[in-house]
Amino acid sequence: MPLRRIGAGLRGELWAKLESFNPGGSVKDRAALWMVLDAEQRLDLAGKTLLDATSGNTGVALALVGAVRGHRVELCMPDKLSPERKRIAVAFGAALTLTDPLEGSDGAILRARGIAHDQAYVYLDQYANPANPLAHERSTGPELWAQSGGRITHFVTGVGTSGTAMGTSRALHPLGVRIVAVQPDEALHGIEGWKHMPSAIRPPIWDEAAADEHRTVGTDAAIAMAKRLAREEGIFSGPSGGGAVAAAVEVAREHAGMVVALLADGGERYLSTPMWE
Amino acid sequence: MPVTVRLPGTLRDAVAGQTRIEASGATLKDVIADIDRRHPGFRARVLDDRGAIRTYVNVYVGDADVRDNGGLDALVPDGSDVMVIPAMAGGR
Repeated sequence: MPLRRIGAGLRGELWAKLESFNPGGSVKDRAALWMVLDAEQRLDLAGKTLLDATSGNTGVALALVGAVRGHRVELCMPDKLSPERKRIAVAFGAALTLTDPLEGSDGAILRARGIAHDQAYVYLDQYANPANPLAHERSTGPELWAQSGGRITHFVTGVGTSGTAMGTSRALHPLGVRIVAVQPDEALHGIEGWKHMPSAIRPPIWDEAAADEHRTVGTDAAIAMAKRLAREEGIFSGPSGGGAVAAAVEVAREHAGMVVALLADGGERYLSTPMWE
Repeated sequence: MPVTVRLPGTLRDAVAGQTRIEASGATLKDVIADIDRRHPGFRARVLDDRGAIRTYVNVYVGDADVRDNGGLDALVPDGSDVMVIPAMAGGR
């Protein structure tokens, strides 16, 4: 979708890829589906429970895929997060293990690693599972190329597990597209789904060399841009979508071409947070 | 009697690596000011330029979210357990 008002006056064209239109409402449907199908091919899942650590959208996506494919799903997620994603995951039938909110997503990862020793579980481990970036290599990347008519020159995405950046890099880099990876500018941030890599557990699938550029965005700038997206473009985005567009604006200010930002989810999932007050 | 403030890993650098810190004050605003006196810069990590709790920080006094309970003017009784946590977490 073109961002005509926010992109006005920039050297490059500014576009957004809206992942909120996926069945589970976020980009995480892709990784969840690929990880579950991969597990079905490699393992006997009869009687097993699929397990992962998530702060929300992957949990919703895994719960949805689990419901469709007939698997039990258990999710480790930090306590006291906004309730929307927890409630949706439970609605799809997932069980939740709430972890120490002071330890954030890293605490959820450590709890999942502990539980994973139990043979009753299959730990999908989105941070290390090659099927996560493969989903984006096989789906997101080719879609971006096809939907842009081969005109995309820069792809801007936040980094959390890094699956989107890694997979799209493999698909689009050979076609000459530059990958721009964006992180929060400090450890304590509110850009859901993104990781401040210097202070977090490093995802094993992450390789900085996959991106041509690395940028940072502050939470206030991300939320301010999410509000502009709603009011100027009619796009209701989460904070990470705002962050991606904020970075993409800078890229399009510096470069000609077609700059596409990935908006990972919709603003509905943050209605209970102060973001929209 | 002081209150105990527990902090996330992402804020520990602001208080010399501590995971919990004793502080005093009748309200949350006072407690934050007390910590900031000993660890300058702490206040700016938790509050924004307008002096409000940052949108991505949640503060609990006991089990009560202060946003529903007076905000920075929330009372912090002696011996309270105060928890400062990121409202969201990285890595979906």
